[in-house]
Formats: sequence, C-alpha cells, structure tokens
Amino acid sequence: MIASLDTLTQVRRIWKPVVFLLCLVPATLVVTDGFEITGRLGANPIEEIQDRFGIWALRFIMITLAITPLRRITQWNWLGRFRRMLGLFTFFYALMHFLTWFILDSEMLISAILEDLTKRPFIMIGFAALVLLTALAVTSTDGMRRRLGRRWQRLHYAAYVIAFLGVSHYWWQVKKDVTEPLNYAAILTVLLGARLFWRWTRKRKTAKDFSAPKQS
Amino acid sequence: MLIKKPADIRPSEITSETNFLNRRDFLRSGAFAGGALVTTTAAGALVPDQKGAQLAGVAPGPFSTSETQTSYEDITTYNNYYEFGTNKADPFANAQDFKPRPWTISVEGHADKTGTFDFEDFIKPFDLEERIYRMRCVEAWSMVIPWVGIPLAEVVKYFGPTSKARFVAFETLNDPEQMPGVRRPNLDWPYREGLTIAEATNPLPLLAVGIYGRAIPNQNGAPIRLVVPWKYGFKGIKGIVKISFTSTRPQTSWNMAAPREYGFYANVNPQVDHPRWSQARERRIGSGLFAGKQETLMFNGYGEHVAHLYKDLNLRRNF
Repeated sequence: MIASLDTLTQVRRIWKPVVFLLCLVPATLVVTDGFEITGRLGANPIEEIQDRFGIWALRFIMITLAITPLRRITQWNWLGRFRRMLGLFTFFYALMHFLTWFILDSEMLISAILEDLTKRPFIMIGFAALVLLTALAVTSTDGMRRRLGRRWQRLHYAAYVIAFLGVSHYWWQVKKDVTEPLNYAAILTVLLGARLFWRWTRKRKTAKDFSAPKQS
Repeated sequence: MLIKKPADIRPSEITSETNFLNRRDFLRSGAFAGGALVTTTAAGALVPDQKGAQLAGVAPGPFSTSETQTSYEDITTYNNYYEFGTNKADPFANAQDFKPRPWTISVEGHADKTGTFDFEDFIKPFDLEERIYRMRCVEAWSMVIPWVGIPLAEVVKYFGPTSKARFVAFETLNDPEQMPGVRRPNLDWPYREGLTIAEATNPLPLLAVGIYGRAIPNQNGAPIRLVVPWKYGFKGIKGIVKISFTSTRPQTSWNMAAPREYGFYANVNPQVDHPRWSQARERRIGSGLFAGKQETLMFNGYGEHVAHLYKDLNLRRNF
C-alpha cells in the first residue's frame, strides 16, 4: 500500500499525522503527569508546567529552523512539508507557556502582569517573541502567503529573531548555571551560521558566473 | 547541664519509633513533663549515623508556626543545593550516596574555644528542639518546615566569641568526589555564608540536624545546616564544615556571584524586588495548581523578633 503511493502523498497521508501526534506528546505528558499517570509534576507544579511548555517552544523553533538546512544537505525536499506544522507547534507551546504564566502563575492579576511586562526585561523579551510568533501563525495560511507575496518571506525571516529572543529570555531568567541556555544559543548559531555561509557562497558563485562571460 | 563525655549509646539503646511517639504523647499530656524533660535531655543532642534515623529527646521549641506543614516529600525532593546540581530535583537524585559521617566542624577565629570537632562532640553540649519555621526562597516560593536542631545563639555563646568577633562565617564541604556540582564553576566554591554577631546570637537561627523528627536528609544539608527564618533561603548554608568568628564581613557566595541581585543581609522584604522578579508575593509549595500566591511578609513574618537589628539600616540599599 505505502509503496504504491508517491512520496508527497505518503507525507500527507501518513507522516504528517504521525508527526502531528508526536508533537502533542509533551503537552499530553503535562496532563498525564498532572494526574500522576505517567509521572509527576513535583513540588512546584506551576513552575514545572511553565518550564516544560517554555523549553518545548524553544525546541520546536530550533527544529523548525533546522528543516531548511537539513533539506539542503539531504536533498529530501519533502522535509519542507513539515515546516509550517512545526512552526505552528512552536506557537502552540509558546502560547501555553504564556497562558500558564498568565493564568496560573500571575493569577490574571493585571497590576502584577503590567508590572512584570514593563519592569522586567526578560519577560518583555518573551512577550515580544510571542507577539511575533502570533503574527507568523496568523500569516501561515496559503491564502495569506499568496496575498502577502514577497513580503511574506521577509516577515517569516522573523523566525530567527524569535529564536534569538527565546534564547535570551531563557538565558536571562536562569539564576546561575547557563549551560542549558548556552546549548540553545550554540544550536541557533550553527543554524544561522549555515544559512549565512550558504548565502555568502551563493553570492560569490553568482558573482563569478556574471564575470565569466566578460572574460571570454 | 552540660555533660562533657556521655557514654556512647549503642543503637540497641536508642528509643524505638513507637516508644518515641508514645513518649511524646506522654509529654504532651503534661503529666510529669518537667521530670521527663530532664531525663530526656540529660544526654545532650544525638543524631544516629543512619539515614532517616528517628531523633530522641526533641523538645518543642519556641517561635513555631501553626501553619500547615509542607509534606516531607516536597521538602526533600525540591531543593537548591548547587553542590549536587542546579536543578531542584538534582540534590535528591545526586546526594543519596553522600556520606555525612565521619564529619568534622572546624571552629576558627576570634573565640575562646577553637579547634576541630567531631560532629557528635559539636552538638553534644546542646539540646535538640523542634522549630516549625516558614522558609522563603529568594525565587519567590516558600515552605513550612518542622526543623530539629540546636539554637545557633547557644552554640555561639558556647565557643565564646571575643570582642573582636563581629561576624560569624560559615563554609560548606567542598568535595568534588561526592558532590558532582562542585566539579563545575557555577559558584566560587566552597559555598560561604555569614551573619553579623547580633544576628547569630538572636534566638531565632537554628543549626538544624533533622526534619520531621528524623535525621536531616543529605539533600537538605546533612549532617548540619543553618536555618535563618527571616532571611532568604540561600542564607541557610548546608553541610557546614567550618565556622569562623571574624572581625570583617565575610564573603558570601550568592553575593559574590551576583552582587546586584543578592545582598549580604538578604532579609525577606516584599518591598525590595529582585532585579528580575517581584518579591511581593510567594507561592506556598504544596498549595496546588489554583491556590494562587500569598503576600510575602516583612522579615518573613518574624519582624517582632528581628526588626530591631536593622533599625539604623537602609534596607533598600542593604538588601
């Protein structure tokens, strides 16, 4: 059966639903750990929930940003089909992280929330990342992509800004040991570095291609 | 009533848990309470070298709160003890094989009695008390913990600080073999803390050797740790191996690591925020997902006993 389908149909019918369900596992575990079926949320469950959603938002944006370089290296063009879904899961986990903070941690106390948003840089940074993510999520449909045309690509480069803000947000709230945030910063540097390197080599190549005919 | 060299007590002679509990009921009933106390405290403080050993001869101490106590599980699985890792679950996971015996505490500096003491001899001159204190972490969460320990003020008096002693400095064991956290430069090891001599001789601070009537678990600072209930939790230095009486203010670990964020005094103060978060409210561990936070109290609610220590101090500047 599977073999008879072409790659893109296989991706659409089988692999996309599988990856979708896999992406839901961390969120499901928060619920099942909350009911102590699969594990526990520990002594400070609100902090644990908030941390888990936050770290998965960071992981998902790294995975999303890794798609294009991976596709380029492996030549597996079907990988691109997962990019939007992974990007939307980044938004989902960031939103859950925000809602945990807003509802459970801050208890929707508007005064406390406004104080945090105006006085605490790491919260401002996180909030800015969420606003940008919302813009990308809203414009992620085929219709919006068509309507925005070339501006769409420019807008979606903001994914790198979001990743940078996300890592800074994490880095800034750590009390002392920055090993974990450092790991994410390193991954982001590699991902961004790869793109810049390719862009640079392509430019040199095109420059050469243009200069070649003149010499002949 | 100090007994210098009490006979060693064999495990077989230690009161069993049931007898111990019955004895406490007996004490609570009030009958012959005076006489019973004398006989139970005559031996001095003793902590058997055995994980979770029941502690005998624990008298109820002053200043205890009647608030709901945090569960033993939460108290012993959610810890900041960077010597065993920087995540809250790390100390429980990494401290299980830690050996809190044999243990020595060296007493140094401006005091009449100095030297290196075995843990057993160090606590022996004092009596064990239970004190149920609020513990407010600088990270804006709190617990209510039934500590067992010896009052720091009595320990300080026992060693006889001279007029030059203006501060008491503490140090934690720094053992890379047993403490995976100190193999990494997360803090400038060993962990250091300190109090002014006035703070150290206040009746509130405790050198804790137990929790919930049992020997203190490794992840909570075995065999002996400091508890200063009106200050943020990081002042409560764990696994103490050195106590010095100094004339100058000692370096303290978190202050060294981030002087803008953690001061020497570190008094609980809802009006002075941490640069990165508010200190106005706190989450009580174990209160559940929807309980909300509660207001943080000035000096963690111990103001009547300690506010006078700081009457001439600008607490915003000296945070």
